Amino acid sequence: MDRQKNAERKANSTSLEHIGERQICIRRRFDAPTHIVFRAWIEPEFVRRWWAPKSQQIEMVECDASVVVGGTFRYVIQDNAGQRYAFNGTYHEIVPNKRLVYTQSFEPMDENGRVEITVTFHEHSGGTQVESVETYPNKEALLAAMSAGLELGMRNSLEQLEELLQLQTLFASQPH
Amino acid sequence: MIELFMALAEPNRLQIVELLVQEPRTVLDMANRLSLQQAQTSKHLRVLREAGLVSVEVSGQHRLYSLAPKRFKELDSWLTQYRQLWKDRFEQLDEVLGKMMNEEKQNGPSKKRRKKSK
Repeated sequence: MDRQKNAERKANSTSLEHIGERQICIRRRFDAPTHIVFRAWIEPEFVRRWWAPKSQQIEMVECDASVVVGGTFRYVIQDNAGQRYAFNGTYHEIVPNKRLVYTQSFEPMDENGRVEITVTFHEHSGGTQVESVETYPNKEALLAAMSAGLELGMRNSLEQLEELLQLQTLFASQPH
Repeated sequence: MIELFMALAEPNRLQIVELLVQEPRTVLDMANRLSLQQAQTSKHLRVLREAGLVSVEVSGQHRLYSLAPKRFKELDSWLTQYRQLWKDRFEQLDEVLGKMMNEEKQNGPSKKRRKKSK
């Protein structure tokens, strides 16, 4: 039973691969049918519940999308210091439960070009395998577009470091 | 931290960084290699210095620019951080999916899926 659980957890790990200079491929398996994963991925009512990483004290403050070919979306997230980060994009291809192609840009860096994202959904032994390939116009744009999320990520690791330091202090102050 | 990325998200500055990866250099050397004006190059270097990416050392009459290694260690972990962001998002998505499946079980195939693909 435990082994099965471990296997499941392993199967659902997130893989992120850097392909060449300007592509990133993210893969993950979900224990849900494709029609559900597809809806959750694209419909704002669901996106608003997962797109902002709460573990990093980020919340979604705006989440609008017109999910049709040629339609646009805009997501705004906010960190605990009140700083907002806005992303927007346009849908280019929508094949329900199978494939999505859209562009996305981080608004302050709009001029660096948009990233094109192709997401594919595959039914896989009762679950769904999702692959998202992000293609940036050049490597500068790749660095730029990752920035907002990365900044948050770094804050997270700083907090972890802080925790670690606190623990060390605690252990050091304990009588032997 | 956003300054860090803003600093790099400019083609000339990224090229400067790439030159400095090879070895410490003077403004003139970099300006020549990139076919930029010296003043322009200095301006870019100032942005990189303010972001803590580049440091400068005065040796004789030269000012020698080099990369600040600590900042670059942070950059090394970009992908790791990006992966963590997606990992966190996906854990939340797992929860959303669980709730959606429960709802579907209770209500039968979702009524909300009225959007037929024509």
